[in-house]
Amino acid sequence: MELHILLIFMIFAAILAIEVKDLLSSVIAMAAVGFALCLAFLILKAPDLAITQLVVELLCLIILIKATIKKDLPLVIEGRWLFNTVSTLVFIIVFLFFSYIAMKELPVFGNPTMGLVRRYLLEEGVNKTGAVNIVSAVILDFRAYDTLGEVAVLFTSIIGIMAILRRKGRKEILEEDTNGK
Amino acid sequence: MSTYLLCLVLFCIGLYGLLRKRNLVKIIVGLAIMGYSVNLFFVLLGYRLHGRAPIDAPDQVIENMVDPLPQAVVLTSIVIGLGVMALLISLAIRIYEKHGTLDITKIRKLKG
Repeated sequence: MELHILLIFMIFAAILAIEVKDLLSSVIAMAAVGFALCLAFLILKAPDLAITQLVVELLCLIILIKATIKKDLPLVIEGRWLFNTVSTLVFIIVFLFFSYIAMKELPVFGNPTMGLVRRYLLEEGVNKTGAVNIVSAVILDFRAYDTLGEVAVLFTSIIGIMAILRRKGRKEILEEDTNGK
Repeated sequence: MSTYLLCLVLFCIGLYGLLRKRNLVKIIVGLAIMGYSVNLFFVLLGYRLHGRAPIDAPDQVIENMVDPLPQAVVLTSIVIGLGVMALLISLAIRIYEKHGTLDITKIRKLKG
């Protein structure tokens, strides 16, 4: 029941985030969706995810506010309004069609199938890794290469951000140095 | 089943924002909402009614724990989502500095 209330709150906040005109309000409504998601993770018994989501959401909010502050512009809808709306609706209908096919195969909510992997992780996780928290046993032991790749992706994105946001190219800095001397 | 449907509605709102809006920040917000709904869907798939967190304790029963594998996968996905989001926002800041606008149709008109 709490989950339904949270999800409906998330849907309203998402509609607000998409439709409101002021960009700063839009970003803050998006952050509201993220914090509600954090609470939903707590209800769904995933405390590790809730902590991570909280930290990530705060960082996202800070950098989004940095991008949007003092930059709101009116949304002008010109010429191709009909074409844009129709093509968007076509995409959403195609997505809904495929998700309808997928929905028929899903397990009932709250009663997942006891697969081999899950049983193995829960039974042997503590003995094999010594970690009491099975989620951290999975990310740091069973899927350690996955975590290594995640760190690589994170550092690649940091390198990309540094390259994009650099004010001056390396050549200009070198030229200034030589001129200064 | 109704939770799955609400999650689907959230994804559709994000998809609408991504495809229909012309402001770059709105597009990024739509993408973020889609990411949230997919993460939530993964965790919903592994949830067991009246289950407990997958942390071992003396009185813990294996049949009563929620599925740890989707949680571990989503943990990776959340952190990578942060990297993608930061890269997108830095691109948007750069485009605003270069073109003076965040409207994607105007950016297309101002070549070079």
